[in-house]
Amino acid sequence: MAEAPQAPETAQPPLPTGPAVPAPGLVDEREPVLRRIATGTPMVSLLSVVLAIVIGGILMAVTNPRVATSAGYFFARPSDTITEIFRPYAALVQGSIFNWQGADVAAQLYPLAETLTVSTPLIFAGLGVALAFRAGLFNIGAQGQLIFGALFGAYVGFSWHLPFGLHLLVVVLAGILGGALWGGIVGLLKARTGAHEVIVTIMFNYVASFLLLFLLTTPAFQRKGSTNPISPFLDQTALFPELLGPQFRLHAGFILAILVTWGVWWILSRSTVGFEFRAIGANPNAARTAGVNVGRATVVVMALAGALAGLSGIAQVSGTEKYLSAGVAASIGFDAITVALLGRSTPWGTFFAGLLFGAFRAGGVSMQAVTQTPIDIVLVIQSLIVLFIAAPPLVRAMFGLNPRRPKRKATPAATSGAAS
Amino acid sequence: MSTLATAPAQSAPASRAMVSWKAPIGLGILAIAGTVMFGIFAGSKSAAFGIVDSGRASSVLAAWLAFVVALAAAGWLGSVWFRARRTGKPLERWIPPTLAAAVVVLVLALLGVAGVTVITVSSPLIGWIAALVMLGVAGWSAWLAPRGRKLPPWAAAAFAVAFVVGFLVWIVAGGRDATPFISLAGLLAGAVTLAVPLVFGSLSGVLCERSGIVNIAIEGQLLIGAFSAAVGATVTHSVYAGLVAAAIAGALVSLVLAVVSIKYLVNQIIVGVVLNVLVVGLTNFLFSTLLTANPEGLNKPPHLSSIEIPVLADVPLIGPILFRQSLVGYLMYVAVIVVYVGLFHTRWGLRVRAVGEHPQAADTLGVNVNRTRFWNTVIGGAVAGIGGSFFTLVAVDAFSKEMSAGRGYIALAALIFGRWNPIGAFLASLLFGFADNLQSVITIIGSPVPSQFMAMLPYVVTVFAVAGLVGRSRPPAMEGIPYVKG
Repeated sequence: MAEAPQAPETAQPPLPTGPAVPAPGLVDEREPVLRRIATGTPMVSLLSVVLAIVIGGILMAVTNPRVATSAGYFFARPSDTITEIFRPYAALVQGSIFNWQGADVAAQLYPLAETLTVSTPLIFAGLGVALAFRAGLFNIGAQGQLIFGALFGAYVGFSWHLPFGLHLLVVVLAGILGGALWGGIVGLLKARTGAHEVIVTIMFNYVASFLLLFLLTTPAFQRKGSTNPISPFLDQTALFPELLGPQFRLHAGFILAILVTWGVWWILSRSTVGFEFRAIGANPNAARTAGVNVGRATVVVMALAGALAGLSGIAQVSGTEKYLSAGVAASIGFDAITVALLGRSTPWGTFFAGLLFGAFRAGGVSMQAVTQTPIDIVLVIQSLIVLFIAAPPLVRAMFGLNPRRPKRKATPAATSGAAS
Repeated sequence: MSTLATAPAQSAPASRAMVSWKAPIGLGILAIAGTVMFGIFAGSKSAAFGIVDSGRASSVLAAWLAFVVALAAAGWLGSVWFRARRTGKPLERWIPPTLAAAVVVLVLALLGVAGVTVITVSSPLIGWIAALVMLGVAGWSAWLAPRGRKLPPWAAAAFAVAFVVGFLVWIVAGGRDATPFISLAGLLAGAVTLAVPLVFGSLSGVLCERSGIVNIAIEGQLLIGAFSAAVGATVTHSVYAGLVAAAIAGALVSLVLAVVSIKYLVNQIIVGVVLNVLVVGLTNFLFSTLLTANPEGLNKPPHLSSIEIPVLADVPLIGPILFRQSLVGYLMYVAVIVVYVGLFHTRWGLRVRAVGEHPQAADTLGVNVNRTRFWNTVIGGAVAGIGGSFFTLVAVDAFSKEMSAGRGYIALAALIFGRWNPIGAFLASLLFGFADNLQSVITIIGSPVPSQFMAMLPYVVTVFAVAGLVGRSRPPAMEGIPYVKG
């Protein structure tokens, strides 16, 4: 317990992908260029996504009665079967990127705006998880930190009445404070007592959601005249301005997400603290020897991770939802883990992974409406992508891309330090 | 409860130089909180506890039987104890708690013989007694701490018992009625029922983690077990086939965990988290497509009814717990004993523990580390899968979305709170099941504590446990670290 856990392998990008990619300067002349491209990291990521989508497609096809019907006359008219198989994915694209059946430009671009809206909290929370990963900490607690951020922010948003501009700023700061508090306690427990952060964050998620449920039944939080556990609407001054007018849900929180992504990148790659984070992530003992205060850095990184997840809560209450409810966190905190893993814990990687999963979410809703395919398939595809990406040798083996060498030891690709 | 009780006593002896104030501070806070709640704010009401299942006549025969057995057990254990005292031989560790249990059964049996069905106690009286006991133990611990000594186990146990009894009386007396009543028999029986999936889940965790594989996927294994049991039992019209299907499905999830983490060396926590999401997505998707389209043919499993052992099932309080269970419930007791004996009293268990603590040493002595880990993980998955079948074969007669509802994570908590020990995990699961059931019972009678806080209790207790405030919970040394030869 006292020792920090092994850093997740995804926490040290760029990842060496085993013997398939020789170090620069040591290019294996026998390996053709094409082969090297095909086995490189970006290719494996792409193949992972393709593979997951294919498996998801098979699952949908097998369970879809219309596919079975049209397969009955497959040889008479094969196009029917193929259309049926691809219909859900077409609906997914239509609901997440571009609606080619829309009447005007606004209707055609509405799905894209929706994707960006849904992505915003995912990006914030994903950054929180990614930042902790880089310091070798498994932050499973984005869910709870998000709830705390939303709780603090929403309270300030509907019970304080401040002028325009200042109010939003205070709400954002309150969200940061709430998340940082909930994350910081985990860091403190880890640093002072050696309690494993995975367990503590899982438990804190539950504590936070029960606390939210309780508070929403108290007069301080519950909407007047409502028996449902929901809060009053936030003041207009506490909301993120809409970016594209009232017919779109897209709000300025997305701009903030871009800025914060850049900020996290700056912290990690340009600041002393960020260097310390990466140092304890790579090897806590070495970092300690080099004079890094590991305990303090743990508290700081967990507080920062919590703050980022707290911002995700603000994106929910001040942007998308406009009030606080028991379902404010949905499954964002857990999706954030997959987002961070897909983004290989780099800020911009997480940003784009957030966009991708946001597209899945937004598209999944319209897919469910149009083709009656349950949105849960999105979870399957998401988790398969992450599973494949975490195990490059598995994907390469599936596509027959593993270098054929007689008697090879297990690839050290995904090994964390302790194996050697 | 006994895990909590024995916790401070078993941790490493503090030396004079390093005075540990953790125990006195922790106990002190609890004692003061207890005094304020149970003593000062106790009100003046009484609380009534039914010790015989409502709607069932108390069986005098069963009570006599329990009385005789308990008397014999207590007498024998007591004589063993006195003999050990006289000869100065060290007492075996299991004797004092077993003796205490025998005495409790003896008292219950006496009540049964006397025909008592309801015990009514005054809330302030019990509250103040509990508070005084707690304050006394906390004070004693503070007196011992600077002298570098720890509380004896029995004092810690007394503290725990005082806290639980005080809390129970206080919370029941806070109900709406003039003399609030709860059925203690029902409360305990319900607690055991709720604990069944937790026990299986935490045993799965024990099997995996003792060999060095972190199993965060317990939640997924329980859920897929529930799903497969429902579908398997419906399709074959046989609950036993459902049980087998659940075990196989749980093992399959574990198989993925084992292959990806052992062969491809991916971080086990990542795989576990991802597998949980995958199982939720998969079961939700299949539920929404196949099961809702054809509920009669796929999601109407036969019920696994409880098997009652005559006479014994009528013993007050403990009868229903031990002798009126479903097959899964009896399997739970068997599993706990098998895993405990297997892990601590067989060659296999020694090897498993060696692999979890020091794989290199085990490898040097000829144990195949990765094969051991692989099979342990797969067996663990099967155990959790059986636990999952409880949801659809015993608790509710159909599968519904995400019906495991985070129990896998509570099982993980129970595993840690029980210190990676099967018996400890079992007792911790019972405690969590008790808290869970108490929460729903007191919601009915009305209570001074909001139900959300009761629901929070297991999680808070776990945080305290991992933070070392209640004893010290130490995982196997090489947990989560892949083993690569060479």
